[in-house]
Amino acid sequence: MPKYAMVINQRRCVACMACVVACKKENEVPPGQFRTRVIENTEGTFPLLRMELRSELCNHCDNPPCVYNCPTGASYKADNGMVLLKHNRCVGCKSCVAACPYDARYINEEKGYADKCTFCDHRVKEGKEPACVATCLGKSRVFGDLEDPKSPVSVALRENHAEVLLKSAGTKPRVYYVKKFSKPE
Amino acid sequence: MTKSISRRSFLKISGTTTVGLTVAATLPDKFLLWAEEQGMIKATYTPTLCEICFWKCGVMAKTLNGRVVKLEGNPNHPGARGKLCGRGNGGAGLLYDPDRLKTPMIRTGERGDGKYRKASWDEALNYVAEKLTRIKQQHGPEAVALFTHGTPTDHFLPLLSAFGSPNVGMPSFAQCRGPRDVGLELTFGEGSGSPERVDLINSKVAVLIGSHLGENMHNSQVQDYTEAIGKGVKFIVVDPRYSIAAGKAHAWLPIRPATDLALLLAWINVIISEGLYDREYLQKYADGFGELAAAVKEYTPEWAEKETDIPAAQIVETARLMGKNAPNVCIHPGRHAAWYGDDAQRSRAMGILTALLGSWGRPGGMYLATTASFPKGESKPFPDTKAALNLGPYPFAGAEGVTQAIRTATIEAKPYPVKAWIVTGTNLMKSVPNQKETLEAIGKLDLLVAVDVMPFDTVMLADVILPECSYLERHDALAVGKGKSLTVSLRQPVVPPKFDSKPGWWIAKELGKRLGLAEYFPWETYEDKIKKQCQGWGVNYEELKKLGTITIPDTDNPYITPANQPTFKTASGKIELYSKELKEKGFDPVPRYTRHPVPGPGEFRLVYGRSGVHTFSRTTNNPELNELFPENAVWLNAAKAKEMGIADGSYVVLENQDGVKSNKVRVKVTERIRQDCVYLVHGFGSTSKELHKAYRKGADDQQLITRYAVDPICGGTGMRVNFVRLKKEGSNA
Repeated sequence: MPKYAMVINQRRCVACMACVVACKKENEVPPGQFRTRVIENTEGTFPLLRMELRSELCNHCDNPPCVYNCPTGASYKADNGMVLLKHNRCVGCKSCVAACPYDARYINEEKGYADKCTFCDHRVKEGKEPACVATCLGKSRVFGDLEDPKSPVSVALRENHAEVLLKSAGTKPRVYYVKKFSKPE
Repeated sequence: MTKSISRRSFLKISGTTTVGLTVAATLPDKFLLWAEEQGMIKATYTPTLCEICFWKCGVMAKTLNGRVVKLEGNPNHPGARGKLCGRGNGGAGLLYDPDRLKTPMIRTGERGDGKYRKASWDEALNYVAEKLTRIKQQHGPEAVALFTHGTPTDHFLPLLSAFGSPNVGMPSFAQCRGPRDVGLELTFGEGSGSPERVDLINSKVAVLIGSHLGENMHNSQVQDYTEAIGKGVKFIVVDPRYSIAAGKAHAWLPIRPATDLALLLAWINVIISEGLYDREYLQKYADGFGELAAAVKEYTPEWAEKETDIPAAQIVETARLMGKNAPNVCIHPGRHAAWYGDDAQRSRAMGILTALLGSWGRPGGMYLATTASFPKGESKPFPDTKAALNLGPYPFAGAEGVTQAIRTATIEAKPYPVKAWIVTGTNLMKSVPNQKETLEAIGKLDLLVAVDVMPFDTVMLADVILPECSYLERHDALAVGKGKSLTVSLRQPVVPPKFDSKPGWWIAKELGKRLGLAEYFPWETYEDKIKKQCQGWGVNYEELKKLGTITIPDTDNPYITPANQPTFKTASGKIELYSKELKEKGFDPVPRYTRHPVPGPGEFRLVYGRSGVHTFSRTTNNPELNELFPENAVWLNAAKAKEMGIADGSYVVLENQDGVKSNKVRVKVTERIRQDCVYLVHGFGSTSKELHKAYRKGADDQQLITRYAVDPICGGTGMRVNFVRLKKEGSNA
């Protein structure tokens, strides 16, 4: 069974938002809601500054609080590592929205259930990359199977020091970040 | 009716095995993706070309049941390489924008009051043709001018030429790339091309002067840029603002605005005085080194420090970094270059620096354009015309025309009257400085015709509005790319035109017919014309239709080799470090620094730029892009904000030196900008009530650009010469 993961090389991101728009179109995300976003964070005082650009999405945690807090069993951890949702079992109670420390979930008002990034499971099944990865101009986002040592994610994790968001939350995310600051070392 | 199907009843229907065309035909839009996943309907992909900006990226348009649900990059296309930027991804937002122009309209009220009546195409076209004919009879054909941008040009410029007028004006020249191209043409005999032939992926060092790549979003160039960043190419970024690119720079030089030429001349000074230039290259290809060396002697790093605010040591250090990595250094020529009125000379300085480093035609510098081309077809010659007035008094103005020269001539009726403007694909109120002059000129017209997809500000001033369909609904001229290789790409309709909108080619042809110019449009449909062209070019049209773009093999020769020698189409046939052409016309043969006015106490220089999700004002109403960036904010240095008691997120009004006031605009208090300037993303603050999302959202930089410094060489309008004050406003709540 593959173990899917994403690695985000933050230095290669220019915050062009191609990922954000592609995701919305691919997944019919309603107006005003997002499955992914890009945060700009600049530290320091002019002119001694450093910038971080950070793409955020569902972390597809190995220890997913959204799944543990789902009262109906709609949210689940799939065998391939993705955190997914059985729409017909979701009652829209928002437990998962509250439980997620990454603010990755929302209630899709048009469809009446909780919604989130699926790593574009439907595309991955067809052998394609998730929409955000496919359109990423900077090749900042890479996606693949951790079990395959040649996959872009395995390579990226081997060659870089990687971090995860809110490590202390103990969620064991499957989205990794490398080269945090825009400025080269 | 389709809208009333509830999810539950729809699921019931689709649960049966007899689901077929009947259900598919009535599928509500929101079930399309679901139906695809269930295998009920199949997607079709149509290759075409984007026109959300002017990079013309190859697109694969995915449609379900006749609705465009997603746009993806065409892997065959060199500008897209299988990817689209945020704007390109959101292109269907234009197609389905409810605010689109839907039918031809004829003005019934005063100009600008927005009162129109619907008209049939026949009526509207006859109206325009009759007026144009009358103007031709009374004043001559040259009394009709065309303002244009993008692919409509391919249809309406031939119409103008056939009509007998030479007076075209494209803001892409005097308001944008013109000074850059003229500066490079005077130096190398040719411009940098579009896409610019920057070989960033092979650079060791690259220099960006005001170019905020990543915010200034040009697909393949940003792909190259990020690849270069990933590879560790050292970028030197010159910008008064800590742009995204500045954040990724090896060295960020937060320059005092309007002093870029001083920095460039000091760099040239160091490269020459330290002997870091490429002697052999210059001997072989360049002319005027001695004169250049003598002229830049005075521009020492110590002198430049006082002008630019950049420490002399850093000027020397960055010059050495370039010199030591030559020739694999790219001095990016920039794109929008109409800044201060001496812009062609700044571009010359960038070209001279490129030449000194031996980077033109070398890996990591500026690669050479393909010399291959398609054969020219036969077409009916256009009539002779009276002397053009679209070049103004500027000896090096380009064929794209100087917009404001036409505007001035319209106001003054000199050297002859201009009585009609046809405006296609450009929002003049937002693209040309000094809106008062634009309005004054429009006031002198007997006819203003606008051809556009959306009711932009300028469209809503027109006497007749002709709704063009969006790029996803039409054919356009074949796009010939002359980058590394020769390419040809096709724009073709993905879906039929919505409403009563028509392709630009059809509008031009129908107008031509009514003006007695039918013989200039000797084809039934535009596809016929394209097919014939392909035949003449030896391009397989059916293959082009399928692939979207074809790269002609073995047409690339990007670098200088013994067998591949560059040609310079300058007067001397060499790179002109010293320009005799300029000297003859009374200009400085080597760029010379002059000081520009600086803001007074309490004033800030207004600088402007781009957001990655918008193309000028064109996209501000696009629902999919507006959602991400609905209004601009004015960037204000944090220390200044504290001193002035202005809080982040509060609203202010900007007032310029001439008392012109902006809409209220949110303040972004940030460390990312110098204290002597403020920054706006261009294109906001629409005055068109028909743009329901963009109307009066944010501040319009062009409204505040009442002054402009004209480049006497080429007519470029330097627009970063206005100073504003911030006046506090109540909150927006």
